[in-house]
Amino acid sequence: MRLSQLEVGETGIVKEFTDLEMSVKLMEMGCLPGEEVRVSRIAPLGDPIAIHVSGYQLSLRKREASTIILQ
Amino acid sequence: MNIDLKVALVGNPNTGKSTLFNVLTGLNQKIGNFPGVTIDKKTGICDLPDGRHAQIIDLPGTYSLYPKSRDESIVFSVLADRSNPLRPDLVVVILDASNLKRNLLLYTQVADLKIPVIVALNMMDLAKKSDIIIDVDAFARKLGVPVVPISARKIEGIDKLKQAITFANKFALQEDTIDVEALAPQLIAQIGREIEVENPYFALQLAHQHETLTFLTPAQSNRIEELEHEFSFHSQKAQASETIARYSFINDLLYDTVTKKETAQDQTISNKIDKILTHKTFGFIIFFAILLFIFQSIFAWSAYPMQLIADFFVWLQGTLHRLLPSGPLTSLVVDGVLGGLSGVMVFIPQIAILFGFISILEDTGYMSRVTFMMDRIMRKVGLNGKSVVPLIGGFACAVPSIMSTRNIENWKDRMITIMVTPLVTCSARLPVYTLLIALVVPDRNVWWIFNMKGLALTGMYLFSLVSAVTVAFVMKFILKARERGYFIMELPVYRMPRWKNVGHSMYDRAKAFVLQAGKVIIAVSVILWVLASYGPGDRFQRIEDKYKQPRYTQHLNAVDLNHVIASEKLENSYAGALGHAIEPVIRPLGFDWKIGIALITSFAAREVFVGTMATIYSVDGDAEKIESVQQKMHTAKNQDGTPVFTAAVAFSLMMFYAFAMQCASTVAVVYRETKNWRWPAAQFAYMTVLAYLASFITYHLLK
Repeated sequence: MRLSQLEVGETGIVKEFTDLEMSVKLMEMGCLPGEEVRVSRIAPLGDPIAIHVSGYQLSLRKREASTIILQ
Repeated sequence: MNIDLKVALVGNPNTGKSTLFNVLTGLNQKIGNFPGVTIDKKTGICDLPDGRHAQIIDLPGTYSLYPKSRDESIVFSVLADRSNPLRPDLVVVILDASNLKRNLLLYTQVADLKIPVIVALNMMDLAKKSDIIIDVDAFARKLGVPVVPISARKIEGIDKLKQAITFANKFALQEDTIDVEALAPQLIAQIGREIEVENPYFALQLAHQHETLTFLTPAQSNRIEELEHEFSFHSQKAQASETIARYSFINDLLYDTVTKKETAQDQTISNKIDKILTHKTFGFIIFFAILLFIFQSIFAWSAYPMQLIADFFVWLQGTLHRLLPSGPLTSLVVDGVLGGLSGVMVFIPQIAILFGFISILEDTGYMSRVTFMMDRIMRKVGLNGKSVVPLIGGFACAVPSIMSTRNIENWKDRMITIMVTPLVTCSARLPVYTLLIALVVPDRNVWWIFNMKGLALTGMYLFSLVSAVTVAFVMKFILKARERGYFIMELPVYRMPRWKNVGHSMYDRAKAFVLQAGKVIIAVSVILWVLASYGPGDRFQRIEDKYKQPRYTQHLNAVDLNHVIASEKLENSYAGALGHAIEPVIRPLGFDWKIGIALITSFAAREVFVGTMATIYSVDGDAEKIESVQQKMHTAKNQDGTPVFTAAVAFSLMMFYAFAMQCASTVAVVYRETKNWRWPAAQFAYMTVLAYLASFITYHLLK
């Protein structure tokens, strides 16, 4: 299951990443393995998405979200 | 003023860093540029309780010392480069108390550089509201640094922070956060020996960032590269394990010092607002309403102060002409330089208004929602969600709009936005279009309600937007990206704007424009003024002598005579000569030498076209009184008796003005924003080529 496959309101726990470069940036932003993420909304045009992670709201493109694999 | 201490403010974006900077320094601020890059360098003086003066440096907000963009890379070079004149003696790390976890990552990195650190815990009020309880003493003990709870917005805890700065240690006493050496033991040791850095984390950062750091010599950088190969160092893998180690330190730290009850209240309010503002339909309606409002304000509200500024300069020029002895020097100063200065000052209202709005949008957190909503469409054409604001602002004026592209982090997106913004129909084109449309488009209604003239004008506006988007799309393939295009972006909690920051931003931008772009604009206007006011040889004298003859003075009244003289002088000036000279080039576009002169004189500002036409056709006229110019242009005939301004010529001219970069201020501001003459040069070249082609095609299609 990838983060990009979650619907609004659904939660998941980050397991690993498929893109090393992206993972470095995501982890810096508090999106680490073991962290709970919740999709809080999807942009009106379907992309990007906003997720709730480590206490704040982060937006990222679907392509970027698809590099995050959930447990 | 004597500077006793240099203090850098470091923190994540949206932590209230600039608010704190404004509170600490008041009006003692200086805004410049970091050398070679277009990042605002804000410094200011803060008076400490013991009478010493601290220089405060506001560094760009960043989430990590590993930069995502060029702006962020400044932070590490200022902190680490020993030869940098801004290198701080003390770093104040600002942490958002309501979001400590992510904020602490940057703290741990800065702390490991072993520069003396103080922590300012900002937004304590917000944290309290969200039921976050922080044991500040335990927190400070664990970190080994002074921790000062503050609220920059409410100006609470600032005195305590100033005291902490005053009594700060000269030596770094903070606890280690992670075992840095374990990340790459041999490499760190070897770099430490060869480049002579004592601090292991500094050595590690050099390994990661040596390619972009300007303070390393090429030899040093190459040596680090060799060492990386020798010890098979993988930068991203090392960064990943470092970040994981740091978060595990942070989790331990927070576990002992922070307690939090679930469902933070502020989040839910923000969430409710987001439900409306990023709604599928309302979101766009509200956004376009806001854009329309901003556009309307730049357009309408700025008109009055702009008129005041223009009137003031006219008055000043008139007065000086009366007071000073007439002569070439007076004329140069009063007509040339003051004229140019007036052309600079007149932009201030538009710049201030646009930046007022942008600052409000940024401050409230709405700007990142705009990016969030618009990203998908804008990305397709090579732009950024944030490009919408400069593009729409371009309908009023490209100058403030190009300045506003600074908040686009991605280099490529920003450059493309800068390159296409001047294509959007700005208010200076309006008088040109109005004049030409009135000349050739019949005043008739189609389908009862649509006036043809109105349709033509609307058409020009829409056409400009289409051409801007098309050019952006093409540039997407031409420009090479400097950094990988991330979108990972925080959506901050909605807040009320801080009016002081808004005021600061309006003032700063206007000042930066006048001081930095002003020089170029004045220089260009003076050159153009000389070209239009002087002619080769004794031509001007001969004209004056000619019209002193009774056959002119007796048959024409003084006003008409002056018009005729002015017209003939312009024709015989250097600008006139140039107009004649370029006629073969512009003939295929349907333009004669008279239009050529107008193209040259309006080189610095498009609206000058109308005034030049008035002078050439020897009538009194400016942007407000165009009827008389229109009349003259309407009846103007070529030598063979055909009218000069046919529909083909008028539309060809409009196409020319739609594309050509006839604006010295834009050129100057593009230079200021890109710090490289190649950008304005390339922009000027492509716009001129497009203008020529579009005019040529239009003329030959309609002829």
